[in-house]
Amino acid sequence: MEARYLLSDMSVMLGRSMRHIFRSMDTIIKVALMPILFMLLFVYVFGGAIQSGTDNYVNYLLPGILLIAIASGIAYTAYRLFLDVQKGIFERFHSMPIAHSAVLWGHVLTSLVSNAISLVVIVLVALLMGFRSPAGILSWLAVIGILALFTLALTWIAAIAGLSAKTIDGASAFSFPLLFLPFISSAFVPTGTMPPAVRVFAENQPVTSIVNAMRALLSNQPVGNDIWIAIAWCVGIIAVAYFFAMRAYKRRVLSR
Amino acid sequence: MTDSAITTEGLKKSYKKTEVLKGVDFDVRRGQIFALLGSNGAGKTTTIKILATLLRPDSGTSFVSGFDVVKSPDKVRQSISLTGQFTAVDEILTGRENLHMIARLRHLDNPGGIAEGLLERFGLTDAADRSAGTYSGGMKRRLDLAMSLVGKPSVIFLDEPTTGLDPEARLQVWEMIRELAKGGTTVFLTTQYLDEAEELADRIAILHEGRIVADATLSELKKLFPPAKVEYVEKQPTLEEIFLHMTREIQ
Repeated sequence: MEARYLLSDMSVMLGRSMRHIFRSMDTIIKVALMPILFMLLFVYVFGGAIQSGTDNYVNYLLPGILLIAIASGIAYTAYRLFLDVQKGIFERFHSMPIAHSAVLWGHVLTSLVSNAISLVVIVLVALLMGFRSPAGILSWLAVIGILALFTLALTWIAAIAGLSAKTIDGASAFSFPLLFLPFISSAFVPTGTMPPAVRVFAENQPVTSIVNAMRALLSNQPVGNDIWIAIAWCVGIIAVAYFFAMRAYKRRVLSR
Repeated sequence: MTDSAITTEGLKKSYKKTEVLKGVDFDVRRGQIFALLGSNGAGKTTTIKILATLLRPDSGTSFVSGFDVVKSPDKVRQSISLTGQFTAVDEILTGRENLHMIARLRHLDNPGGIAEGLLERFGLTDAADRSAGTYSGGMKRRLDLAMSLVGKPSVIFLDEPTTGLDPEARLQVWEMIRELAKGGTTVFLTTQYLDEAEELADRIAILHEGRIVADATLSELKKLFPPAKVEYVEKQPTLEEIFLHMTREIQ
């Protein structure tokens, strides 16, 4: 009887948290603002000195900036989940005959939608700063697909944090290291000049393959293996994080 | 069909090494107001969570509306609603949106009409389109209760419904609970206020150190003790009476 209502319950939950987002537009602005500042800083301050091997540094930079935006955007998912647990709203939902997975999926879908809005804003600013792409519709769809997968992966990590944190600060602190991953990758500079140990890390962490795949897609270059490595990373993280998020969820809501 | 809305037998629950419930039995009839009385940490909330399908007992059985809470939680959830210890309203949504959301989650027809009716009944029509975060404590509790009544559940669980409310709001909540019971709803409430149980309940159970140490009507409980000595004292108004008198006069 639960499955029958899954979609309708999920749409109620999505509607609920979308209202939350549109009534606090400052969260979207906050999420978009920091990556935009980074973009301005890197293009107009550091950009002249960075040898990225391209004549258009905005083009080079944008994929990494988008990943930073997602890493800061998902902190709000953790925050909203934490509040729902804290305020007993999850308990109310759970004592009702509704599809329980809808409660979590509502938050996850909301994360996808709100991050998409922030990303669109950032791409528009990048266009003003001279971002241009010869990519066709298929390449763009692939880029959107990768961004969606990356958002899902980080959102499920955020769900673990939001459901298991003891304090509100703890619920959002986890996103801090995630914000730094793009800096130790090919997102801002080519990895070639890094010392060996850093370089090995940079070239084998998920952000580098994701950034390289997006960069190739946006500039109509052959993508090579990067896209498969990128997808494998995202799907792998989703699977592991989903498992732990569900466990945290059951522990938190059903057996306190 | 039996006359029982809730029965529970030999309910046990431990958290790690602490034994919270050590075998709890009671029986609540349909349409009754049943108060579970106990001090903080006595296991009241644990009991209510087990009955509302949020927690599995270690052993023992509980039936709500004829369904086993462990074996068929979905059937139980169809007929109950839970108002937790803390008001579980969405503070960003308006009062109307909160009620509308619950009506849709209960898959009812005409959620708009249901929301409208409950807003009126709980005196929230004027505040309907303000976000619930701006409500006073009493208004939030009223909205919370209204949300619990969406879909007319036949058994309502109230976990310390008046904790933290001012006297005026407390009386309003009492009034609503009485009205519910008059309409045939079974009300199971926990409280640490003795006067609340005395005021409302048809039947009172006292939970102490994980067991029910008394379960009877108020008059039966009073009979357990030696008859009251008759004394003549000058009747002083209570502070509550003074407070209510003053605040109402000013309004």
